Amino acid sequence: MTNEQLKEKILKLNSSAAIAEGKTYLTVTVPSSELYALAKTLKESEDTAFDYLMCLTGVDYATNLGVFYHINSSKHNHSIVLKTTTADRENAEVDSVYSLWKSAEYHEREVFDLLGIKFKNHPDLRRMFLDDDWVGHPLRKDYVDTINIVER
Amino acid sequence: MVEEIQKTIDTEEEYTINMGPQHPSTHGVLRFVVSLKGELVKNVQPHCGYIHRGIEKMCEKITYPQIIHLTDRMDYLSAHINNAAVCLTVENALEIEMPERVKYIRTIIEELSRIASHQLWWCAFGMDLGGLTCFFYGLRDREKILDIFEESTGGRLIQSYNCPGGLMNDIHPNFQQKVKDFIKYFRKVLPEYDQLLTGNVIFQERAKKVGYISKEEAINFGLTGPSGRGSGFACDVRKRAPYHMYGKVDFKEVLYTEGDTLARYKVRIDEMWESMKIIEQLIDNIPAGDYAVKMKPIIKLPEGEYFQRVESARGEFDVFIISDGNKNPYRIKFRSPNLVNLTAINAMSKDHKIADLVAISGSLDLVIPCMDR
Repeated sequence: MTNEQLKEKILKLNSSAAIAEGKTYLTVTVPSSELYALAKTLKESEDTAFDYLMCLTGVDYATNLGVFYHINSSKHNHSIVLKTTTADRENAEVDSVYSLWKSAEYHEREVFDLLGIKFKNHPDLRRMFLDDDWVGHPLRKDYVDTINIVER
Repeated sequence: MVEEIQKTIDTEEEYTINMGPQHPSTHGVLRFVVSLKGELVKNVQPHCGYIHRGIEKMCEKITYPQIIHLTDRMDYLSAHINNAAVCLTVENALEIEMPERVKYIRTIIEELSRIASHQLWWCAFGMDLGGLTCFFYGLRDREKILDIFEESTGGRLIQSYNCPGGLMNDIHPNFQQKVKDFIKYFRKVLPEYDQLLTGNVIFQERAKKVGYISKEEAINFGLTGPSGRGSGFACDVRKRAPYHMYGKVDFKEVLYTEGDTLARYKVRIDEMWESMKIIEQLIDNIPAGDYAVKMKPIIKLPEGEYFQRVESARGEFDVFIISDGNKNPYRIKFRSPNLVNLTAINAMSKDHKIADLVAISGSLDLVIPCMDR
């Protein structure tokens, strides 16, 4: 499917989705409560068949936290970017996509570890790289560590 | 913790042991917590982070040309490919077209890196399974590639040869001749690898039908690179989203459908032949011209999100940059092929003997610094 066809298809599935034309891929922004349902339909429909999760990224936008999903179809070789944000910094929570793409397991653990976004329904949400008793989430913009981070 | 382990050992059913972090077959500091029932593996929990350096956080404070030197230190066996990924992201964001000469040289050196990486994997894999001689054969040939790198780039393992806008310096006058000599030599000695290991009965017994994973599962687990292609997942980024010269050269995407350790082994051996084929098509035709484009002294990316996929020796390596218009990225993410491939190890090693876990983790070709970042 070309980007235009994908755009049409997604607007039909979720009319409130905000679609931006990126450099190569479309970026579809949806509220975190609707992300899982959209991802599930995109994966399971025959004509889209997004069965391969390339990359999952968490971002701290200072006011809110965001998660990017770069997904690709092994059958049709088209790609798309799903994006969601959550304004709650203390208890940020997004639905886990582990049940759709198992490769999300470590990606989500990594995002939880470094950015503190919790993933609902993740089978084993623990810290990935840091110790279990580590305080804070280093990739957040307001993270302070006076011992290990040297400011010049 | 001690009580917990004690409890698991005491129950007759399953017990837990630690494999690593200082285990020779994990090729770095990676720890597997393995649940065993007798000799059979029931569950594997990898523990990462022993060499987590926070590269993504560091990158938020430094400029784009400086990031190149950190990407080298992630997957040190395909350092040149990682460099190229960051350079391509920056160049595509700025819409700068590289001169043909740069594309040719980058492709050739990337393929040489791939051969060198697969050689080291081959010798380490042979050694994991008890064939010590492999190590001498593999390193003997890899040395020749490192010599070529050293002459042109100044580095053997870590080259930092790419920079946004082209290459750090031009290739050495001997480069073409030396690469041609190497290809001629390696075409002669690569069959030795097969004679020594591939046909060996002990090796075949340990690799065949071990660590099976189906195509559907491989896609679901995001298993890329030779590990994914061993299950029949056509995931070669060089074919699916061509960059550099890959769209214009003739080569075959190596696919096996068996999905076991032996299939993943065969993919890598065949890929070395394909890499040589790519290099042979390019080496005589490197066009004259500039080896770099003049860039602004301070590189600033326009506001936006940029994503680039490349095929490293271990799988799909992605760079995702979110820029706010400054000289350093607002957020940079490296998609490590090793970390994602590791997700599948639990499914692969279920109900195999613990000795097979060594073969399975070896067949995934893990490089720990890339995983931990």
